[in-house]
Amino acid sequence: MLRVEHVSKTFYPGTIHEKRALCDLSLHLRPGEFVTVIGGNGAGKSTLLNAVAGVWPVDGGAILIDGTDVTALPEYRRAAYIGRVFQDPMMGTAPNMQIDENLALALRRGKKRGLRWGVTKAERERYRALLSTLGLGLETRLEDKVGLLSGGQRQALTLLMASLQKPKLLLLDEHTAALDPATAAKVLELSDRIVAENELTALMITHNMRDALAHGSRLIMMHEGRIILDIAGEEKKKLTRRDLLDRFAALAGVQEETDSVLFS
Amino acid sequence: MLSLPNLLTRLPAGVAQGIVWGVMALGVYITFRLLDVADLSVDGTFATGGAVAVMLMLSGAPGWAALLAAAAVGVACGLCTGLLHTKLGIPAILAGILTQFALYSINLRIMGKSNQTASVKKFGLFWETKGRGFLLSSLYIPQAILVGLLLTALVIAALYWYFGTEQGSALRATGANPHMSRALGINVGNMKLIGLALSNGLVALSGALMTQFQGTADVNMGRGAIVIGLAAIVIGEVLCDVCFRKGANFAVRLAFVVLGGVVYYLVMVLILWLRLDPNDLKLFTALIVALFLAVPHLRAQRRESAVRRRTAGKEA
Repeated sequence: MLRVEHVSKTFYPGTIHEKRALCDLSLHLRPGEFVTVIGGNGAGKSTLLNAVAGVWPVDGGAILIDGTDVTALPEYRRAAYIGRVFQDPMMGTAPNMQIDENLALALRRGKKRGLRWGVTKAERERYRALLSTLGLGLETRLEDKVGLLSGGQRQALTLLMASLQKPKLLLLDEHTAALDPATAAKVLELSDRIVAENELTALMITHNMRDALAHGSRLIMMHEGRIILDIAGEEKKKLTRRDLLDRFAALAGVQEETDSVLFS
Repeated sequence: MLSLPNLLTRLPAGVAQGIVWGVMALGVYITFRLLDVADLSVDGTFATGGAVAVMLMLSGAPGWAALLAAAAVGVACGLCTGLLHTKLGIPAILAGILTQFALYSINLRIMGKSNQTASVKKFGLFWETKGRGFLLSSLYIPQAILVGLLLTALVIAALYWYFGTEQGSALRATGANPHMSRALGINVGNMKLIGLALSNGLVALSGALMTQFQGTADVNMGRGAIVIGLAAIVIGEVLCDVCFRKGANFAVRLAFVVLGGVVYYLVMVLILWLRLDPNDLKLFTALIVALFLAVPHLRAQRRESAVRRRTAGKEA
């Protein structure tokens, strides 16, 4: 479903701030795979997601989604294939627009936006039904401005928006990091459900090792712009936090104490 | 001596002028409020609209054709600013200033000199008349108010429709959250182009209306238009909040922007009636706009500090 082939990206090349964020990185995702991505600060996790989403062009390599080469496509054109949820709950929704208007914008992801009416009656019914499955009481607040919602509610809404028009790929960029633990757990549970119900292929970055172990069907660990660990299937199910720390120390050659700090 | 009858006779003209500037404020509203771009080209496009209209009327074109042509030229001016901004990466404010600066020369070229006079009375707005037709002219103020209101209602209806469509929603989303918009497949650059074009089209239309109202176009007629537009917007929004505490429908909010233009002009009439120096008007306007634009910020700050005090109280 997703093929990242030998992708490299260097920020601020030729300056003292030069940073090699992705080094000849390759990654293949089969349809329906749900991959969690872990790694310390500056490991290149977000850079990987942004490269796939097309936030900026990569320096080399190719990115294919469901067989289509999207390497040269700008961000808004790739959006036809990709649903995204960001770390900042403010980033995924338009605060001064209504809940139904936000959903209607998401429903038209990748479609031509013409002069037909922006939100239809039939759509509203569908939104109401979908919102009621969230159990947040949003189904009665269709005409409320999204800016009135809490961070957790906004992330839940963004998740719904990302999957409304079934994406070939779902990118979750630490989408629970800014939430309190209880809300984060709920939003993660919702993510699991949405991925399972729609049989989505997903990449989820997390800072939390427990979450990375408990969710998804495959786990990759990044370090200095490379994938240093890639575990799937039965092996992933048996994986523990201790294993991860040990293997990280061995592979990255870093002191264990610092890892614990990084992954705490 | 200040005489009240004198004031009352001056008010209707202020209303008519306010409505015309209200149309221009609707244009500014599109960029400033919906697109979140401060577009300074409007000072130029307002005069361009007037210049195009006056020259067409002088050459015998009917009033409505002069209005349409002016709006079309305004759209082109907006596209210029938009292309400078989106394709050449020039910051929006600077792109607007460049267009405005260039338009000064272009407006002089259009008119051949710094001002031109053409009475709309001779030509009529929608049909040939021998005076007292369906005109927007300072010669027949009550009729001018009526025509102005009808045209404004048409513009508001069109804007209400457009911003309810898929494309109009995408344009609003671009202003509200460009990040999200790109992630949802919206071509943010194109939306800015469309918004700037629409906005400047309306501003030029307003310039053409003003030319018909006063019978002349002047190369300096648009000076400070952006500030008057902002004044109309902030006054209108405050009035709207007072009248509709729970928030109002989009069309109502647009109507209040035009009302803001009217209120602004009535205040100007009042200031002139009080025999204050007209040269001070721009200073007053700037102060009013600065004050109203600052209010939301100051309110938020006060709320924040109130919360802080409360939490501090709890801790203590």
